[in-house]
Amino acid sequence: MALDPEDWMAVRDGQFYCVPADTYVDPMTPVDRAVITHGHADHARKGHGRVWATPETVDIMRTRYYISEETEATKLRYHERHDLGGGVTLWFASAGHILGSAQAVFEYQGQRIVAAGDFKRHPDPTCEPFEVVPCDVFITEATFALPVFQHPPLEAEVEKLLRTMATLPDATIILGVYALGKCQRVMKTLRLAGYDKPFYLHGALRRLTELYENYGQDFGEWRMVSDFPRSDKDRYRNHIVLCPPAQVNDRWSRRFADPIPAAASGWMQIRARARQKRVELGMVCSDHADWNDLIRTCKETEAGMVWITHGRVEALEYALRQEGIPAKGLHLIGMEEEAGD
Amino acid sequence: MSFADFSDLLDDLYFTNSNLSKQAIFADYLRRTPDPDRGWALAAIGGTLSFDLFKRNLVKSLMEERMDPYLFQLSRHYVGEMSETVALAWPQSEEPTRLNRLPDLHEVIEEFKVRDRAGIRDYLIRLLDNMSPPQRWALLKLGTRGLRIGMSARTVKKTLADMAGVDVGVVEELWHGLSPPYESLFAWIDGQADMPDISNVLTYSPVMLSHPIDEDKDLGGLAPDTHAAEWKWDGIRVQVAGMGGEARIYSRTGDDISHSFPDLAATVNWDAVIDGELLVRPANESGEREIGSFNDLQQRLGKKKPSAKLMRDKPAHLIAYDIISEDGVSFRDQTLDERRERLTAFIEKRNPDYYSLSDRLDWSTVDDLRELREEAAASEGLKEGLMIKRRDSVYVAGRPKHAWYKWKREPFLLDAVLMYAQRGTGKRSSYYSDYTFGLWGEKNGEETLLPIGKAYFGFTDEELAQLDKWIRNHKVARYGPVQEVDKELVFEVAFDSAHVSPRHKSGYALRFPRISRIRWDKPAHEADRIPALEALVGK
Repeated sequence: MALDPEDWMAVRDGQFYCVPADTYVDPMTPVDRAVITHGHADHARKGHGRVWATPETVDIMRTRYYISEETEATKLRYHERHDLGGGVTLWFASAGHILGSAQAVFEYQGQRIVAAGDFKRHPDPTCEPFEVVPCDVFITEATFALPVFQHPPLEAEVEKLLRTMATLPDATIILGVYALGKCQRVMKTLRLAGYDKPFYLHGALRRLTELYENYGQDFGEWRMVSDFPRSDKDRYRNHIVLCPPAQVNDRWSRRFADPIPAAASGWMQIRARARQKRVELGMVCSDHADWNDLIRTCKETEAGMVWITHGRVEALEYALRQEGIPAKGLHLIGMEEEAGD
Repeated sequence: MSFADFSDLLDDLYFTNSNLSKQAIFADYLRRTPDPDRGWALAAIGGTLSFDLFKRNLVKSLMEERMDPYLFQLSRHYVGEMSETVALAWPQSEEPTRLNRLPDLHEVIEEFKVRDRAGIRDYLIRLLDNMSPPQRWALLKLGTRGLRIGMSARTVKKTLADMAGVDVGVVEELWHGLSPPYESLFAWIDGQADMPDISNVLTYSPVMLSHPIDEDKDLGGLAPDTHAAEWKWDGIRVQVAGMGGEARIYSRTGDDISHSFPDLAATVNWDAVIDGELLVRPANESGEREIGSFNDLQQRLGKKKPSAKLMRDKPAHLIAYDIISEDGVSFRDQTLDERRERLTAFIEKRNPDYYSLSDRLDWSTVDDLRELREEAAASEGLKEGLMIKRRDSVYVAGRPKHAWYKWKREPFLLDAVLMYAQRGTGKRSSYYSDYTFGLWGEKNGEETLLPIGKAYFGFTDEELAQLDKWIRNHKVARYGPVQEVDKELVFEVAFDSAHVSPRHKSGYALRFPRISRIRWDKPAHEADRIPALEALVGK
């Protein structure tokens, strides 16, 4: 009788668990053995005994103190095959999400299950592009799984930002970005679009930006806001200041003259969402696959079964079934809706 | 200029909060965009487009044809609104007609205007196929005249006034005499032509408004030889204008509402502009006609074509307050007393079924005024209070200081229960500062709270902080930005009047509601019931 994938890849305590290898995927609670797809906090956590991840992800986890001295970390480059024990082979394929992000490929008794983690298909100059890995079961997220989510090219969104700066030359753009991935992707894309003034950064964005630079990324000149006196309000006019999203409309941003609250996020596509977050300049910028890419990817993997972890599960499940692909949603604990962006 | 520029403009305006920035963005667009595109953009944003380019139903049926209904429903539910859902999820035609460039805004408008039904459908599909989501949104909102980008008519006029280097009042006087695409207006703004002449156009003239009286500061300065008192009637303020056999009735905001009051419009056989209060005159039990309440009037508001029976039962009537011009001569520079003489002479010649003169009230001391105000309060909602006007005041558009005062009767009070809260804007963006409250009432045989209104002022900053904290500790459920709370907190709500409103679950709407006290001490079950409101509505 054929092997049932659910016999060797199970959901245990709300997390994916590879039974023969006794290993969890992106567990939210401390475990002995964990495969980590990428460094975002809703996937990488501290306190694990052993960790398998890409070199970049391990570095990111160290920078964020997710890996302590007690944790034994194994770095695997993309496509480097590794015996995970119990007859399971693990290797990573790039996911195109952020620096070092990977799909975890598990092989066991001739079957292949790909846990894609978070992924995107849109071009991103700060990480390796997504790679399609044919498999028996494809585990996907569904953060932006509705037909209304069709992410525009980031270049067009950057144009929008530059247009605003030209129309309101005295304003300061306060751009809310996540410290890991979004910040660097936006800076790089702005550079490629010809923006050549220095960026001003909030302290929380520094270490990961430096880490990206260690991996060969070049963001041109950037300075720390904290290096300048508070009274120096005018310095930032007609410049872009980057900070974590929570600081955009908070006390921190009072130091800037004529601030325009901005955000780079996939949710910015929905007007009411942008308004709700009191953003005046929303750049639609997502590190996740949009509706068409989700469906295209599931098809391209030729998977006989798709498991959907989190997001708009219902819609993706329905659409894949319409395409003749068996799909089912798994409601993972800890993977809250809208955790991603 | 391409439709894309118009769409960019809407996007920029939509997301910008500050009025000054909005003005800067809009002025920049108007300066760099040629006629007639800028005029059509002005019409779209100023809300003066007089026709739909296509119907909402067409958009809906196009989506039904090309998208899985279940996915459309999920999407629409998530987005919360149809136009935006369509803009984002529009599935391209299988073999779309590719346009090398998007047409100009005026080309889009003209094209829709000349096409028949099938043609409109084809053209809409072609445009949607060639547009980005924000452009589609702009088209759908423009086409069905549902544009709401948070730019008030006043801000629009202020933008134009600043461009022309004149006071906003100048633009206000011109505004209703001009029509899209406003070429004469822009020629004047650009310095290429004189100010447009609207003296031969039957149009709305900006009205003069009053300030609420400050009882401590203002009462002392009143005397019968400098100030005249009149009733403040509870109808709607209108302007009845006639010229060359044409008649118009305008609301205070300049909307043409003549179609709702053809009985009154038919009496206009003169050239003049009269400022007054529109009411109805139903018959009482003994068959005599007398001025009706706002609720009587309400049945005639918003009616596109009132029935003959309705007009017989509730005939329109104008109580005249002022005269702005007659036979082409403006009286704006004359004093109130001088205008009053002209008005009296004018109204004497009119049919008293349709026109009467607002009474000048007899008074000599402030105490007399207080008594008159009490009388208004006892008028069962007919009179909202008093108007006290300087007798030498000239008629200026807007709200000049110390010219006209309104002294409203004391507000009504009810104890209502807080039901939902929403965050405010600007300085209050981190506080729950908009409150929806309800009264107890019966629905399907069960005692439940029925929302009666919403208020976002009447409390101090300190109270706001306390309320915000209370709400955060009493959350029940969330509907988008709306936070439902435990039904435990009682507000004493003040309001000027209450009206029958089928749009509200409770069947009533409050006018000018505000929080007068927070009743931390009062248990929710002791709050007022709907019948208490019914009693206030009047006859």
